[in-house]
Amino acid sequence: MELRASDRTAITMHIIVCIKQVPDTANVRINPETNTLMREGVESIVNPFDEYALEQALQLKDRHGARVTALSMGPPQAEVVLREAMARGADDGVLLTDRAFAGADTWATSYVIAQAIKKLNPQVDMVLFGKQAIDGDTAQVGPGVSEFLKFPLVTYVRALTVADGRYTAETMMDEGIDVVEGSLPVVMTVVKEAAVPRFARLGGWMDAKHAKIPRWGVKELKAVPELCGLGGSPTKVVKIFAPPVKAGGIRMDGRELPSAAVQAVVKLLHEKGLAS
Amino acid sequence: MNEALISIDQELCRGCKKCVDACPFGVLYMDGKLVMLKEDECRGCNACVQTCPFQAIVAVTKDDIKDESLKEYQGVWVFAEQHRGKVQEVAYELLATGRRLAGDRNCELAAVVLGHGISGVAAHLIAAGADKVYLVDQPELAEYDANAYTDALHQLIAKYKPEVVLAGATAIGRAFVAKVAVRCYTGLTADCTALSIDRETTLLHQTRPAFGGNIMATIMTPNHRPQMATVRPHVFKMTAPDPNRAGKTLLEALQLLPPSSRIVRSVAAASSVNIAEADVVVAGGRGLKKAENLVLLRRLADLLGGVVAVSRACVDAGWISAAHQVGQTGKTVSPKVYLAFGISGAIQHLEGMRGAETIIAVNSDPTAPIFDVADIGIVGDLLVILPLLVEAIAGNHRSN
Repeated sequence: MELRASDRTAITMHIIVCIKQVPDTANVRINPETNTLMREGVESIVNPFDEYALEQALQLKDRHGARVTALSMGPPQAEVVLREAMARGADDGVLLTDRAFAGADTWATSYVIAQAIKKLNPQVDMVLFGKQAIDGDTAQVGPGVSEFLKFPLVTYVRALTVADGRYTAETMMDEGIDVVEGSLPVVMTVVKEAAVPRFARLGGWMDAKHAKIPRWGVKELKAVPELCGLGGSPTKVVKIFAPPVKAGGIRMDGRELPSAAVQAVVKLLHEKGLAS
Repeated sequence: MNEALISIDQELCRGCKKCVDACPFGVLYMDGKLVMLKEDECRGCNACVQTCPFQAIVAVTKDDIKDESLKEYQGVWVFAEQHRGKVQEVAYELLATGRRLAGDRNCELAAVVLGHGISGVAAHLIAAGADKVYLVDQPELAEYDANAYTDALHQLIAKYKPEVVLAGATAIGRAFVAKVAVRCYTGLTADCTALSIDRETTLLHQTRPAFGGNIMATIMTPNHRPQMATVRPHVFKMTAPDPNRAGKTLLEALQLLPPSSRIVRSVAAASSVNIAEADVVVAGGRGLKKAENLVLLRRLADLLGGVVAVSRACVDAGWISAAHQVGQTGKTVSPKVYLAFGISGAIQHLEGMRGAETIIAVNSDPTAPIFDVADIGIVGDLLVILPLLVEAIAGNHRSN
């Protein structure tokens, strides 16, 4: 049964925050056989934008009371990002992990995350994402999940309030700020300006360390294997290569002869029709 | 419209609802004890076929028929984003690229515009290269709303079946186009820096940076249509408009759901600076050491008719607003001249300014990666070089 807007705040809000574990370094290697990235041996961190989404959720929890669930899809070791979220104040966490999820593009990733949200709570009030993940930079999974869930989508949120089952969000668009209103449930993506992430609670890590984090795969999600991972992904990577480097630049020492270096710059600007 | 892609044998169906739960698009529903299909919205993913314990659902589309159905998709489309009747520049840049792709595929190039009170834009899009303009001019689209925009573009794609759809990787484009791709069950490649038709396969090769620009990947969508890609503004160049070009405008009337959200207020960006469109960008980084030194950049930018930009470090330090930030989490710039003072050139920064014609870099660290992309790289103290440069150029101005 659909909840009416006015019913939604009568019970505790349920907010799901989607968190991705990403490599902390640019030294990511490529598996030449599968054309996919090998993450083994590369230090991993919480995607920074997801920290802002988590903080936004925790602030709503502080103000209104809410259950905050951290959700991540990734290899078994990605569990640590969920424990970190719980140390900061998330109530529970779920890890979506299965070999069948490997190599997923944004379509197949959105599908699996949406299946998990439907299983967790089809009546969820809010699903928050960081505006993008720093490894892929696509910003497509939040919108994709909103599509599978048939929830409205609000992107680039920098400020958020909730009252009477409705949200008011300030969004950072190309030409300025839009203030957007609508009814819950909603999927949102959050920008850095939204909030400064808090540190873990006192004793938060201890609790989080012992918390039970369920692991859901294809079976638990009742997902169709053919729609997951590489096989379910409409996009295929043809090749991966290093970006081109500019050649032929000149190098000057401006420590000994700053004026000579300055003259070279002025000459170049002059050639470009500047600094006439 | 679409033929049904699955068929349900009601004799075999026991009404267990497993297929309803499995359908990622929510197009199966129960009517009493019988499973029904919203045929128009079925994407033929066969999730239900896999799930049904009684083999009551079979896929109609065999693989060879699927190949045929891919061939139905023809033409290159550009989503032409407009704000208050003004088409965004990225749409013209995409039309220039789309023209080339349409030539390689020997097909039409069309632009799609969504909005209200926007009939004036069609002529500009035709002059910029569109053979056809699909115009949806309805009150539901007066303001951007992800649901309404998704609904409109998806309906047009389902009706006309374009082979390729390009959109600007703007705040709006990145959001709703990703929804459209999911609804179409097709691939979408974000932030492409090169697009071409592969001669052998005739597929769209979409090249994009990943991992902060450290790796380039070429991606294609072989078995789903349309092939969709977004491109950041100022990555491609626009061509000069030709007001004599002929083209057709088709006004499309669509049944749209009401918008899911409402824009109650818009506040124009406090800073009117648009670094993305400047011809000269004078940029500073951590090497400036303090906010007060930004004034040196400003003086040079004024002399050169350019704008001030910064690396992320300066924004994080609170010296200047994020509107000035170049790089992965900031803006992409492609000026004629990019001057970088005290910017080491982290890969995330380089990704945002690689497209500059000429790069001049000043940095005290001889090993700074910015020197790898610079036309002139000066190892030195910017606090010495920058005032000298300002003085030299101001002196030139005075003597002329």
